[in-house]
Amino acid sequence: MLTYILRRILTMIPTLVVISMLVFVIIQLPPGDYLESHIAELQSQGESVDEQKIKFLREQYGLDKPMLHQYWHWVIGMLQGDFGYSFEYDLPVTEVVGDRLFLTVIISIATILFTWIVAFPIGIYSATHQYSWGDYGLSTLGFLGLATPNFLLALVMLYFANVYFGTSIGGLMDSQYIDAPWSVGKMISILEHLWIPVVVIGTSGTAGMIRRLRANLLDELQKQYVTTGRAKGLPPGKLLVKYPLRIALNFFIADIGNLLPTVISGAEIVAVVMSLPTTGPILLSALQSQDMYLAGSFLMFLAVLTVFGVLVSDIALALLDPRIRLGGSATK
Amino acid sequence: MRTEHFVSLEPFDPHSIESLTPAQEKYYLASQWKLMWWKLRRHRLAVICGVILVLNYATIMFSEVIAPYDLHTRNTEFIYSPPQSIHLFHEGEFIGPFVYGWGYQLDMDLLIRNYQENRDVVQPLRFFCRGDSYQFWGLFEADFHLVCPPENGTFFLLGTDRLGRDMLSRITYGARISLTIGLVGILISFTMGIIIGGLAGYYGGWVDATVQRVIEVIRSFPELPLWMALSAVLPVNWSPILIFFGITVILAMLDWTGLARAVRSKLLALREEDYCSAAELMGARPGRIIGRHLLPGFMSHLIASATLSVPAMILGETALSFLGLGLRPPVTSWGVLLNEAQNINVVALYPWLLFPVVPVILVIITFNFFGDGLRDAADPYK
Repeated sequence: MLTYILRRILTMIPTLVVISMLVFVIIQLPPGDYLESHIAELQSQGESVDEQKIKFLREQYGLDKPMLHQYWHWVIGMLQGDFGYSFEYDLPVTEVVGDRLFLTVIISIATILFTWIVAFPIGIYSATHQYSWGDYGLSTLGFLGLATPNFLLALVMLYFANVYFGTSIGGLMDSQYIDAPWSVGKMISILEHLWIPVVVIGTSGTAGMIRRLRANLLDELQKQYVTTGRAKGLPPGKLLVKYPLRIALNFFIADIGNLLPTVISGAEIVAVVMSLPTTGPILLSALQSQDMYLAGSFLMFLAVLTVFGVLVSDIALALLDPRIRLGGSATK
Repeated sequence: MRTEHFVSLEPFDPHSIESLTPAQEKYYLASQWKLMWWKLRRHRLAVICGVILVLNYATIMFSEVIAPYDLHTRNTEFIYSPPQSIHLFHEGEFIGPFVYGWGYQLDMDLLIRNYQENRDVVQPLRFFCRGDSYQFWGLFEADFHLVCPPENGTFFLLGTDRLGRDMLSRITYGARISLTIGLVGILISFTMGIIIGGLAGYYGGWVDATVQRVIEVIRSFPELPLWMALSAVLPVNWSPILIFFGITVILAMLDWTGLARAVRSKLLALREEDYCSAAELMGARPGRIIGRHLLPGFMSHLIASATLSVPAMILGETALSFLGLGLRPPVTSWGVLLNEAQNINVVALYPWLLFPVVPVILVIITFNFFGDGLRDAADPYK
């Protein structure tokens, strides 16, 4: 088991290295370095440029050094918790990010839980009642959910909430808690607001998971051991729960790798529409003003979040499924 | 003793034992594509969706003719006009499709325009008529429209935007960009997927390992933020056409991985087949073996799965333009139109700005159903 986890972590490192290179390239893509554009912007606004500060920053980030050196500097800085400097906010990136990354994580986890809770019973029902009216109805609903882009869903929901309830469902907490320190009240307020974005972000993922779960369980139900069990006279409920369902459960965890990138993507754009205080709106504004250090750090955060999520799911899967632990691969 | 073969002298017809009906014969002799077509035809939902898609794509050939107004016509007198309704009867009398006169009063308290129908003025719509002039595909000047606003009247079936431009016309024009970007994008990602997946699957070894790693990295990235970042770094001074292609390439660059994986796994299995070794022994080069012998075997599958990834591209463009990072005006796509509906206050006051949502969802659903039907049909013997 330990060797499996170790091996899994070791294979993660090259992935992270390549991701960091990619992100660094994106940071470097806009013409000129960001200090130059920053100076140009300040000058166009008629503000004086603080030569001292520019010089300090230039040295701090090694902008006068070759590219490879800059990359190295950036990576080492990140490992030490220094994510660079946001020129738009005039603050270190870590301070800008603050709670936002934490809230993104909360929303992502809540969305995945929601997906599981909804997809599990529906997927099982659809598979055990194949081609029934219930199955058809749920499949159609699932198709609709899969096809409706979540940010459009968010827009439409905002509109209807505004028309029929006269309230704005945007935001993630009551206004008095914004910028307030963490407290029980703030937590409760967040939980009260959380469900709307979670439903909006989770819809398409849930629909996809229902379809995959149904297909998987159907495959399993056609296998010979199920027939044998049925021939032996096992009651249908027990037959379902004892074997096929347990295998389908494995799939639930294995599917996080598919689910997580979608959820995080969705969380970003829905956050922009519903003005949630997560990474989405800041990422967007950072990109618009080409504040590339900030944007790059966000990209890196999100990618690392995904990679770690998949790592956790792989380890959980190995704990659950002896076939993986013992070196084989899971039958999909 | 001489043994003698017994030979029946009766005439023998081999087909008497196992004769094929003409229908069966047709079935067994049909090419793969024909079988696919027959199977697809039986899938009613997929056929309906296919027809809707074809109609949609047909409209983009004649956007200028179908749209009642030109893309950029500003009706400055009718800013944020709500949708007008078409009537058939005026005071119990049948007139044919017409609209009532359209005007507004300024509400000085709320500072909004209250649009009202003037029930006394009946303005019949004109059909097959001359209206706003346009450049047909930028080639020649024309002013023929399928339907035009009445003389001295207006016809805003879906309302107008903040510059008084007709939403219906803009949605019709927007289809041109939104629908083609999916096709162009899939063309690029399809080619990339086949080439990269083909190389990985055929050569195996370290080529395969590298490609697999790259795919893994790309897939572990949340797609949308990466799209956002890449399109944000497109130079600001590029022309709209360049931006269009830039965005398409960006969308395609993250999308080829699924196809490449499919190609690779199929090739890995197929290259061990005898006919492949035979071709190799006869001195065929890898390119020929892949292209001539291996790819046709699962091309239908690839096309079906490509169809299923078109909606993701359309959605990607819509999302990017909606956020203001993708296409920019004057290029008009559904996402660019939705960009105006980003602010909830605007949407609450002028909900008809949300109309572009309808064609987006419609196209995505139809593509999904059609692709599903195609995928089932790609396995004609199942």
